[in-house]
Amino acid sequence: MLIESLLLSAILFAVGVAGVLLRRNAIVMFMCIELMLNAVNLFLVAVSRYAGIEGQVFVIFVMTVAAAEAAVGLAIIISIFRHYESVDVRNFRLLRW
Amino acid sequence: MDLSQIVFYLFAGVAVASSVLMVTRKNPVYAALYLVLTLFSIAGLFVLLDAHFLAALQVVVYAGAILVLFLFVIMLLNLGHAFEPDIRGRFWWVFAAGLGLVLLAELVAVMRGAPERPEADIVGPLLEARGAVAAVAEPLFQSYVVALEITGILLLVAMVGAVVIAKRKA
Repeated sequence: MLIESLLLSAILFAVGVAGVLLRRNAIVMFMCIELMLNAVNLFLVAVSRYAGIEGQVFVIFVMTVAAAEAAVGLAIIISIFRHYESVDVRNFRLLRW
Repeated sequence: MDLSQIVFYLFAGVAVASSVLMVTRKNPVYAALYLVLTLFSIAGLFVLLDAHFLAALQVVVYAGAILVLFLFVIMLLNLGHAFEPDIRGRFWWVFAAGLGLVLLAELVAVMRGAPERPEADIVGPLLEARGAVAAVAEPLFQSYVVALEITGILLLVAMVGAVVIAKRKA
């Protein structure tokens, strides 16, 4: 099941990348980033079965960082929404030239 | 083909299908719900890959906490109601699909180095001997205890930062 898991994690990561490129809704882009983090978690778990338990320990750290990232990112989105009344990334042009 | 392989392909199919649906649904609430489905099937795959504790964590942390936060923000900002279509045009479809396929080909090319029939399963006997939680918790609290403490500080900082950023200015 090792090869299949690695292939599945690659597919999920590619879908996440395509989603970030395809969507303009900032929240959906965030969800695609969560999908990419999960693909990496799946990779680590699949490899840890044959390479030692450290892979699973690392997944716990990845989950923690993902939770922190989601909290801060959604707070930023809320604060931008108050300003622009939208979560469309086309409207976020303060730092864009 | 034994039962665990059939279950594996079932979960894998659900994960891929619901992740594609998540990317292509216009309504952000549907996207969030399809993401929940993807995360649940990844939790099922964790069980099949001998990571029982992580499967429980996946359900509790991702499906229980992070996705509720996403849905809460979507509904707080009233985005699931009168949403504007946000999927980019035809050029971006081709670009995103092409880049995704190139990335996939790259990853598959790298993964071909993985052994077809790997050596003995390391984690399985460890789980038998130590139990599902202790096998993960022991290295976490012995070899990686510094990283664990720093992660705790990171969570505290993120919590304070989220409150400060999202707070309405007086």
